[in-house]
Amino acid sequence: MKYEIPIGPLHPALKEPIMIKCTIEGERIVDVDVIASQNHRGVEWIGMNRNNPVQSIYLAERICGICNFCHPSCLVIAVEEITGIEVPERAQYIRVIQGELERIHSHLLWAGVAAHELGFDSLLHYVWMVREKVMDILELVNGNRVTKSIIMYGGVRRDIKDEHIPKLRKMVEYYREGFNKIAKLFLEDKTIKMRTRNIGILTKEDAMKLATAGPTTRASGVKKDVRQDMPYYAYPDFEVRAVTPDILTGETVGDTYDRIVVRLLEVKQSLEIIEKALDEMPSGDILSEPKIIKIINQVKKSEGEAIGRHEAPRGEDIHYVKLKEGFEYLYAWKVRAPTYINILSWRPMLLDMQIADIPIVAASIDPCLSCTNRVTIVKNGKEKIITGDELHKLSIQKTRRLLR
Amino acid sequence: MLPMLSQLLKQMMKKPFTNLFPAKYAPKNVRGYLKNVQEGKTKIIPPVGIPDEETFRGKIVYDREKCIGCKMCIRVCPAKAIEFKEEEKKIRIYIGRCIFCSQCNDVCPVDALHMSNEFLLADANKASENLIVE
Repeated sequence: MKYEIPIGPLHPALKEPIMIKCTIEGERIVDVDVIASQNHRGVEWIGMNRNNPVQSIYLAERICGICNFCHPSCLVIAVEEITGIEVPERAQYIRVIQGELERIHSHLLWAGVAAHELGFDSLLHYVWMVREKVMDILELVNGNRVTKSIIMYGGVRRDIKDEHIPKLRKMVEYYREGFNKIAKLFLEDKTIKMRTRNIGILTKEDAMKLATAGPTTRASGVKKDVRQDMPYYAYPDFEVRAVTPDILTGETVGDTYDRIVVRLLEVKQSLEIIEKALDEMPSGDILSEPKIIKIINQVKKSEGEAIGRHEAPRGEDIHYVKLKEGFEYLYAWKVRAPTYINILSWRPMLLDMQIADIPIVAASIDPCLSCTNRVTIVKNGKEKIITGDELHKLSIQKTRRLLR
Repeated sequence: MLPMLSQLLKQMMKKPFTNLFPAKYAPKNVRGYLKNVQEGKTKIIPPVGIPDEETFRGKIVYDREKCIGCKMCIRVCPAKAIEFKEEEKKIRIYIGRCIFCSQCNDVCPVDALHMSNEFLLADANKASENLIVE
């Protein structure tokens, strides 16, 4: 007897409107279908019809609250390539530091969410307490914790002041000391290992076929990273290498556990990049053209198309931009967020797993996803609704069952 | 569960990390609580301070005398929070719409706009006097 469980479009484990249809045989998942495009926000339309390119930076920042540097960064890379606006060296370094700070906070946030999906809430609170440190630094450097509004065509808007640098170094030191502890809490814990080892496996072949991006693909052993393959900003100076889980564990399985390993290792890598960037940051201007009206006019005069790529915490983020001479707005603007390409990997991951594994496997690709919904089980024509809380409870029950 | 256990025991000895703003326990009657604060009967637990006063972006301060009415801020404002007053050639800023990006500060040719450190801007009415700068 087969049942179909639709999860989403709105669901606590997904946190963004997307629908997964799972066909169930007993507890086993036998088929998965992912239905995207459940929500249309019209962000691109506003960029093409209402906002001038400078206003669009702040709009791009609001595509995602967590990746609030990646999206404007992609847009700015694309527009700078078309218009030929130069970026001073110091600004490139500051952009790198901002990008890496964002990676640290995003990965720690994810680690907390993953612990929560397993029903391990004390770890969630601990990791989020540790995350506060980088949020404080973001507030110190940018003025606020999210939507930093730091990037601008031709540089960045605010400098990293000399008095901020010791605090940044202290933060790096704090995380370096805390890293082993967090790694121990996540990787040596029996409960977490039982719930994640060999759960939601994505093989290397599947990862290549589905063209997944970011930590999801690197956990399967594909060495793919925009910072390594096509370095932008000041990344060529850092020689970033894609992180795979075998660095720490010696083997690549491609399961949920490996995705935790990759994210934790990337936090460590980001710390190294920040430290090196602080050491080597040259002095000089941070904006090549401080007059914003001049930038608007220059963008209006240029014509061409370009793609902006940025390695966001979740994977490769792409913005396609086309400009037309005499056209005040962006002529074309297409955003492809990393989650969009990663959600397809849910099918191979979820096959042969149990219903209680859906929250952690779905969360393991770090879907930039929102809350509150239910699962409807259709049984013999009668509907039974499982709320998000109940699904969460199922997940906790499985953890308890395994502990016994 | 074991590696976390020692951490949990340590945590029991520590104070909570959260700053309990504005009161330790949620007051039963918010208005009554605010009245008591005004009369000096109770003390508010202060919010977490601002780390850097220069970079912090709070409520906009508008220097009316300096403004020349060039409309540049209106052109760059991403939230369309600024309105132009035709007869006086001055602007009006709706803080309820403002996204605190400080782009208008950067573009202003005469330095008439600044970001203050005021951030407690909650109000029941988005058109209240507190939330309109002119």
